[in-house]
Amino acid sequence: MMQFMLLFSRQGKLRLQKWYVAHPDKLKKKITRELITTILARKPKMCSFLEWRDLKIVYKRYASLYFCCAIEQEDNELLTLEVIHRYVELLDKYFGSVCELDIIFNFEKAYFILDELLLGGEIQETSKKNVLKAIAAQDLLQEEETPQGFFDDQGLG
Amino acid sequence: MPAVRGDGMRGLAVFISDIRNCKSKEAEIKRINKELANIRSKFKGDKTLDGYQKKKYVCKLLFIFLLGHDIDFGHMEAVNLLSSNKYSEKQIGYLFISVLVNTNSELIKLIIQSIKNDLASRNPIHVNLALQCIANIGSREMAEAFGNDIPKLLVSGDTMDVVKQSAALCLLRLFRTSQEIIPGGEWTSRIIHLLNDQHMGVVTAATSLIDALVKKNPEEYKGCVSLAVSRLSRIVTASYTDLQDYTYYFVPAPWLSVKLLRLLQNYTPPAEDPGVRGRLNECLETILNKAQEAPKSKKVQHSNAKNAVLFEAISLIIHNDSEANLLVRACNQLGQFLSNRETNLRYLALESMCHLATSEFSHEAVKKHQEVVILSMKMEKDVSVRQQAVDLLYAMCDKSNAEEIVQEMLNYLETADYSIREEMVLKVAILAEKYATDYTWYVDVILNLIRIAGDYVSEEVWYRVIQIVINRDEVQGYAAKTVFEALQAPACHENMVKVGGYILGEFGNLIAGDQRSSPSVQFQLLHSKYHLCSPMTRALLLSTYIKFINLFPEIKTQIQDVFKQDSNLRSADAELQQRASEYLQLSVIASSDVLATVLEEMPAFPERESSILAVLKKKKPGRVPENEVKESKSPTPVATSNHNNDINASSTNQADLLGLSTPPTSQPHNASSTGVLLDVLGDIYSKPNNNVSAQNSSWVIDPKKFVCKNNGVLFENNLIQIGVKSEFRQNLGRLGLFYGNKTTTPLQTFVPTLLWGDDQAAKLSVQMKSVEPLLEAGAQIQQMINAECIDDYTDSPSISLSFVYNSVPQKITIKLPLTLNKFFEPTEMNGESFFARWKNLGNTNQQRSQKIFKASQAMDLQAARTKMLGFGMQLLDGIDPNPDNFVCAGIIHMRSQQVGCLLRLEPNKNAQMYRLTVRSSKESVSVEICELLADQF
Repeated sequence: MMQFMLLFSRQGKLRLQKWYVAHPDKLKKKITRELITTILARKPKMCSFLEWRDLKIVYKRYASLYFCCAIEQEDNELLTLEVIHRYVELLDKYFGSVCELDIIFNFEKAYFILDELLLGGEIQETSKKNVLKAIAAQDLLQEEETPQGFFDDQGLG
Repeated sequence: MPAVRGDGMRGLAVFISDIRNCKSKEAEIKRINKELANIRSKFKGDKTLDGYQKKKYVCKLLFIFLLGHDIDFGHMEAVNLLSSNKYSEKQIGYLFISVLVNTNSELIKLIIQSIKNDLASRNPIHVNLALQCIANIGSREMAEAFGNDIPKLLVSGDTMDVVKQSAALCLLRLFRTSQEIIPGGEWTSRIIHLLNDQHMGVVTAATSLIDALVKKNPEEYKGCVSLAVSRLSRIVTASYTDLQDYTYYFVPAPWLSVKLLRLLQNYTPPAEDPGVRGRLNECLETILNKAQEAPKSKKVQHSNAKNAVLFEAISLIIHNDSEANLLVRACNQLGQFLSNRETNLRYLALESMCHLATSEFSHEAVKKHQEVVILSMKMEKDVSVRQQAVDLLYAMCDKSNAEEIVQEMLNYLETADYSIREEMVLKVAILAEKYATDYTWYVDVILNLIRIAGDYVSEEVWYRVIQIVINRDEVQGYAAKTVFEALQAPACHENMVKVGGYILGEFGNLIAGDQRSSPSVQFQLLHSKYHLCSPMTRALLLSTYIKFINLFPEIKTQIQDVFKQDSNLRSADAELQQRASEYLQLSVIASSDVLATVLEEMPAFPERESSILAVLKKKKPGRVPENEVKESKSPTPVATSNHNNDINASSTNQADLLGLSTPPTSQPHNASSTGVLLDVLGDIYSKPNNNVSAQNSSWVIDPKKFVCKNNGVLFENNLIQIGVKSEFRQNLGRLGLFYGNKTTTPLQTFVPTLLWGDDQAAKLSVQMKSVEPLLEAGAQIQQMINAECIDDYTDSPSISLSFVYNSVPQKITIKLPLTLNKFFEPTEMNGESFFARWKNLGNTNQQRSQKIFKASQAMDLQAARTKMLGFGMQLLDGIDPNPDNFVCAGIIHMRSQQVGCLLRLEPNKNAQMYRLTVRSSKESVSVEICELLADQF
C-alpha cells in the first residue's frame, strides 16, 4: 500500500501532497522536509529507489517536478514508477502538455484526478481511458451549473 | 495564467498569482494574513454567502494550508458545502475535509449524514465522491457508520463498475481501521468471486481487498487461490491486444498480475491441489520465458512494467521455495540484470538475490555471481546500489567463501561511504565470528575493523571480541600479542586502546616473557595513550593498571605513581578520582593473596547469540539482513511483526565492563557487579522472541551443566532469564540469582520457593532471601541464597518459580548449582604423596567408586581439562605416567569434618570411553562425586 505521494519542485517547493495514512501535521511536515532534501541531493543517474525508515521511496523527476511515493516493504518498486508515469500521463492529457503551473493553479483538479487513479493507497483504475472518462463526467456536471458568482468575482475576490 | 477548465475560480487564481509574485517570505506571509483576515470577516459577516463564495474561500484556505500554514477555521463552511446541490461545491467541500480533517476530529460526526445522503444517491459520481471521502479519512467512526452499506454496494448486482471499484478499496481502508467490519459467511464467497468479474478495473481493486482479508483469515478465503491462478493464467497467455486499455505499453495488465502474484504469496504451498499448482508453475515459467524475449518497445515504461511482473513472479518463486528448477532459472535471470545498464534493475536484482541466497535450492547458484557482486560493491556509482551489494555478499556468505568475502568487505571499508560503514562493520564482525574456524583469524579481522573504521566500531563489536577472547583459551596469547603490536602504531584509535587495555589487563602475562613486551613495556605503551583518551577509556585503563599490579608485582610502584598523580587522584571526573584512590588503597593494603582473588581473570561469559546480530536487526527493521539458509517453511501465512521490544541497552554502563566499578570490598560483594556484567555483555541486546508462548508451561531444568562451573545463565526462555553467580569458601556458599524479565509486561505474583526436604536440609542448610513479588518489564532483580554444608549429601536443592505473565500462570523448576563438589578445596601434592594416599584409600571397596562410561560428545581433552578445572579439585599434572589421564585431589569441607578425595579420569580414545575412579575416606562421598562427574564428558 502506498503511504503517501509528494510532488515538489526542483527548488524544493511542495506542490501536492497526498497522505494515505493518518499522521499529525507536524510529522507530515518533518517527513516532507526530510525527503525533499534527501531526493534533491541525489544525482540524475542514481537509482530511483531508496530505503527510508521502514519504507521504500520511489521517485522520478518529470521536467521541473519531482514525484515521490512511499510504499511498504512488500510493494513493487518498478510498478510504482509506472503509477507515477500513469498519473503524469493523465495530467498531461487533461491539461494538454501539463506543466508545473497547471498543478499550482489547479491543484484541486490534480487531487481529483489522483483520487480516480488511487484510492486508500491502492491502485483503483489503471485504464487511462476510464479515468479520463470519470473526470470528464465530473467536469460536465460542473458546466451544467451556472456560475452564479461570475459577475462579482472579476478579480475582486 | 493557464486556462482553467470547468468552473474556474478567478479570485483563487488571482490570489495564487499574488503569492507567486511575492518577492520575499515576509511579503508572502503578509499577503496570506491579509487574505485570512478577509476570509474570516466574510465568514463572520452578516451577509450570508452563497455557495460559490463559500467554495472559493474554502478553496483559498486549502491553498494556504498546502503552502504549509495552519488553518484553524473554515471547517464549518466546508461541511456546509457537502450538502450543496451543486456538484462543484460539494466536491470542494469533500476535498477540504479529506485534506484537513484529522481522523479524530469532532467534525466527523457532522459529515457522516452528508456522506450517507450522497452514498444513497442515484448518481454514481456522487456515490464515488462519498466513497473517496470515507477512504481518505478512514476513521473508526466511518467504519461504524458505513460498515453495513459498503459491503452491500460491493457485491450488489445493480452497482455500477466504477462504484464497485471504489467500494472495494473503501472497504479495504475501513478494514484496516477496524477488522471486524467485514461480514463473514456467504459474503466470503461473493467477495472471492469478484476475481472472476468481467471488468478488469473491478478485479484489480478487489484483489487488493482480498489480499488484506486473506492475511487476516487465510483458511476462510482459501478459495481465492484457484481463481487467482486462473485469472493470472489468462493474463500471461493473453496477447497485448486482448486486454485493450488494460494493456500498458504492450504488457497485459501488469498491475493486476502483480497483485495476483502478491495474493498467492499469502499461502504456503500456494496451492494444495496439484492441478492448480501445475498451472501456477506454468504461469511462472511463461513469465520467465517472456523475460528472454526481445522487448516490444524501447520505452522504459515497457521494460518497467514487464520487469515489475517478473520480479513479483520471482518473489513468489522464492516464497514457495519448492521448485528448484524455477529458483535456479530466477537466479540466472537476476544474474543477467546485474550487468544491465539500468541502475534500477541492478538494484532490484541485488535485492532479490539476497532472498534467493537464503534458499537451499538456489544458494549455490547465487554464489556463482560473487565476482560481479564484489565489483558492484566497489564500482557502483550509487551508494544505495552498493549497499544492496553489501547486503547480498552478507547473505551469500558461508563457510566456503567467508574469508574471501570478509577480506573484500574489509578492503572496501577503507573507502566506503560514511553512511554504510557502521552497518558494514557489524556485518563483517558477524560473519567473522560465525564462520571462524580459527579464532586468530577472527581476532585479526576485528582488530583490522578497528584500525580501518574505528569510529564506526560500536561497543557491541568490541565487547564481543573481548567475550570471545576470554572464552577461548587458545587465542588469548595471540590476542595479547596482536593488540600489543597494534598499539604500537603512532596513531591508534581509542577503541583499539580499549580492547588493548582490556586484553592486556587479562592476558598481558602471556606475552610478558618476551623482553620486547615485558610488563614495563606493556604498561608504558598503554600509558602513552592515556592522556589522549576520553575519561571512559581512562577509567578502563586504570582498571587494567590495577590488574597489572596483580599480574606483574615488579611494576607496582610505577603504577602506584600513576594512581597518585594529581590528574587522577584529584581528577575532576568523579569516576576517575574514585578509581584512582580506591585502586591505590587496594594496592597498598591488600596482601598478594587478596589481590590475586579480587583481580582474578574474568570468568567465561555464557555462550549466547552474538549481541551484534541484534543490533543489526534493530538497525534495519523490515529488511532482510539474513545470513541463514532456510530449510523448511512454516505453513501459515506470513504474519507481520516488526517491532523490537528489546529490553533496551539502558544499562550499557561501560564502567561496569570490568566488573570493578564498585569498590571491591569484601568478596561476596562481587556477585552484584558481575550480575550487571552479565547484562552489559549479554542478552539485553538479543531480541526476545515476539511470539512468546503464553500457555501455562512448566519446566524442569537439568543442573548438570553447572557441576563444573559457578556462573552463567541457569535458565532462559522467551519470558525470563535466570543467571547465577556463586562462590564458596570452606563449607559455606553464597549464590546470587538474577531474574531478568525479557518481556514488555510485568511478571506478577513472582514467587520463588525452595524445594529441599528437611532431612536433606539437615545436611545442607539453605537460606533464601525473599524478593519483591513483581518483576517489572525489562527489569532485573537479584536474590541471594546462603548455603552451609553440614554433612555430605546427594543431589542438589531446587527452586520452584511461579509467576503470572499476561494472566497466564507460569511455573519453572530449576536445580540450583549447589552440588557437593562445590565445597571442594583444591589440594596440591606431589606424585609420591599422591600415590601413597591413593594406595592407602584403595584398601577397602567402601572407599572407592568407579564408573566406566561412553563419551557423550567428541573427545576433546582440552575441553575436558577446562571442565576438570571447574570441578573444584586441584588438577595435578605430570603425576600420571599417561599424559592423557587426569589426576586430581581435593578436600570437601563440612561443618565438623573434612573429607579428602582423589580422582583419576582415564580417557580411552579408541573405545571412546572414559574410566573414572574416585577414592575418598568416606564411601558416600566417593559415590556422589563419581555420580556428579560421570555424565560430564
